[in-house]
Amino acid sequence: MVGVVIVLSMLVFLWLRSLPGGTVSAMLGERATPARRAALEKALGLDQPIYVQYWEFVKRAAQGKFGASTGVQAGTDAFDIFLQRFPATIELALFSIVLAIVIGIPLGYLAARRRASWFDNLSVVGSLIGVAVPVFFLAFLLKYFFAIQLHWLPVSGRQDSGIDATRITGFFVLDGLLTREWDSAWDALKHLILPGLALATIPFAVIFRITRAAVLDVMDEDYVRTAESKGLTRRVIRGRHVLRNALLPVVTTIGLQTGGLLVGAVLTERVFSWGGLGEATALSFERRDYAVLQVLLLMFAITFVVINLLVDIAYAVIDPRIRTR
Amino acid sequence: MPNPLNPNTRKQRIDDLAASSAGGGVALADRSVGDAGHVEESAGVSLIASAWRRLRGNPVFLLGATISALFVLLAIFSPLLAPHDPTARLLIDQVRPQSNPIPGAQPGYPLGADSVGRDIFSRLIVGSRQTLVVGVLATLFGFAGGLTLGTLAGAFGNWVDSLVMRLVDVMLSIPSLLLAVSIAALASKPSQWTVIIAIAVVQVPIFARLLRGSLLAQRSSDHVLAARALGVKRSAIVFRHMLPNALGPVIVQATLVLAGAIIDAAALSFLGVGNPDDRQPEWGQMLGAAQEYIYDHPALAIWPALCIITVALGFTLMGESLREALDPKSRR
Repeated sequence: MVGVVIVLSMLVFLWLRSLPGGTVSAMLGERATPARRAALEKALGLDQPIYVQYWEFVKRAAQGKFGASTGVQAGTDAFDIFLQRFPATIELALFSIVLAIVIGIPLGYLAARRRASWFDNLSVVGSLIGVAVPVFFLAFLLKYFFAIQLHWLPVSGRQDSGIDATRITGFFVLDGLLTREWDSAWDALKHLILPGLALATIPFAVIFRITRAAVLDVMDEDYVRTAESKGLTRRVIRGRHVLRNALLPVVTTIGLQTGGLLVGAVLTERVFSWGGLGEATALSFERRDYAVLQVLLLMFAITFVVINLLVDIAYAVIDPRIRTR
Repeated sequence: MPNPLNPNTRKQRIDDLAASSAGGGVALADRSVGDAGHVEESAGVSLIASAWRRLRGNPVFLLGATISALFVLLAIFSPLLAPHDPTARLLIDQVRPQSNPIPGAQPGYPLGADSVGRDIFSRLIVGSRQTLVVGVLATLFGFAGGLTLGTLAGAFGNWVDSLVMRLVDVMLSIPSLLLAVSIAALASKPSQWTVIIAIAVVQVPIFARLLRGSLLAQRSSDHVLAARALGVKRSAIVFRHMLPNALGPVIVQATLVLAGAIIDAAALSFLGVGNPDDRQPEWGQMLGAAQEYIYDHPALAIWPALCIITVALGFTLMGESLREALDPKSRR
């Protein structure tokens, strides 16, 4: 895992160096005089050999110094932007993944129990439609109908600017609950619904299909037949034998959805001006803000690697067969 | 010769058959199978027949295959079907940048025109071809890259395997679309090709993983052991005995990747790193360009989006039902 992070840092470094025009053009514009370019190159250490530059990059990165943002929030330190926006994305991602799990697992279980029924076919095709719709288009549709046309839910942002909320954790719903500012929590929750739905579609579709396939697999296992022939009640068989074993692959899948959530967040947050990391990523690509981009790419990748590690550990805890190996 | 009783060979057969029956949706992917190795067509006709019967009775597969086939036909014949020149600014004199930037629907122009007066209906029809080309080429390049890496890893094992798989791990640790956007951003002159390459690179680790997995599973299987015992050369074992059997699941994956590639091309346009040249229409590019007017003229986005969703759904339905038909566990 440490190896992966090291290679990643090298890739992000090389990637930054090979962007068209490079850092100097990005900072000075294409029409800068050669003298100014040379001066800035020297100031940034770009005249040093590449391995020296990389070492400098690592040293600065380890201290969280990635330079000031040039486009997203000009002047603010890029790492500070990451820290400020982190809770917004986590709140949205957690809301979505919980939504996807709460709907996906029961639906997948029911579809498997009634295999090849109209309910099964309908939900399978429905989940595939969910995968086929571009996330940003779905986000736009939800926003257009439920916010702009029907005025049921807020159009964008995380909370109405009129609300004077106390901030504790940076998670707006949680803050509202902790401070007993119920209107503030309710408003934040209303803001979460549309982007949360848009972001939840793909994880929902995947969790639904994996659950369905896993339950189908398990229902045919010998131990289920044994349990049936022992005369155990249906409820015990379904709960202890079928569902428990079927959930193993689902746990892995939930972990693997993190990457998809991050990608989805980039698109969804852009549509809803969410103010999180995803929006910052989209904006920094649009505005060529490389200082912010390098932080975001590195941190996204590290988050993804760490979560996969956690999934491996969770898997070993749930499945005793893995521990004995 | 591959063992006809080996389940993987069977998978391959069903796959070949399904691909040919699907009406060209996977025709290009299928051709590359021919390059890598050929599966003997003797014996097992009843097997093919039973597999075909299973798929033919599956409404999900039929729906997907029909959509995919219609899409490919549309892409082939699109210049003949489009009522207007997709690049001509026919309704430009109706465009008023201040009051009404988008000419609405009118006789002869059922979906209206875009912000420079080009007929949207014709652009959608003609755009099908470019959309198919982007999807197929991105899938093919990704497949070729994954084939190379996966074969290296799965065939040689040991340090080659660990080196390749570490590389694959690193690529997989960057969320897919972010990787594609980062690669597309590297191009000094963005074009359709940079979009294709960016999407293809993201698919490489997925194909590589799949291929390596099924090659590894075969290394210890009987038909490979038999070939080795007969003194067949290592390269011949890999190319003639292992690869053809490993391709089945990969081709199913290719169908799904094709759907994803079309959606990703749209996402790249949305994020501003897509193909800036809009003379040759492409659905993802049309959808990305529509966001400027999206709240006042949603139809501009909805039509290309509907096309993308329909086609992506078609390929996904086909791929998923193929996968289910090929999975020995679901054959009950």
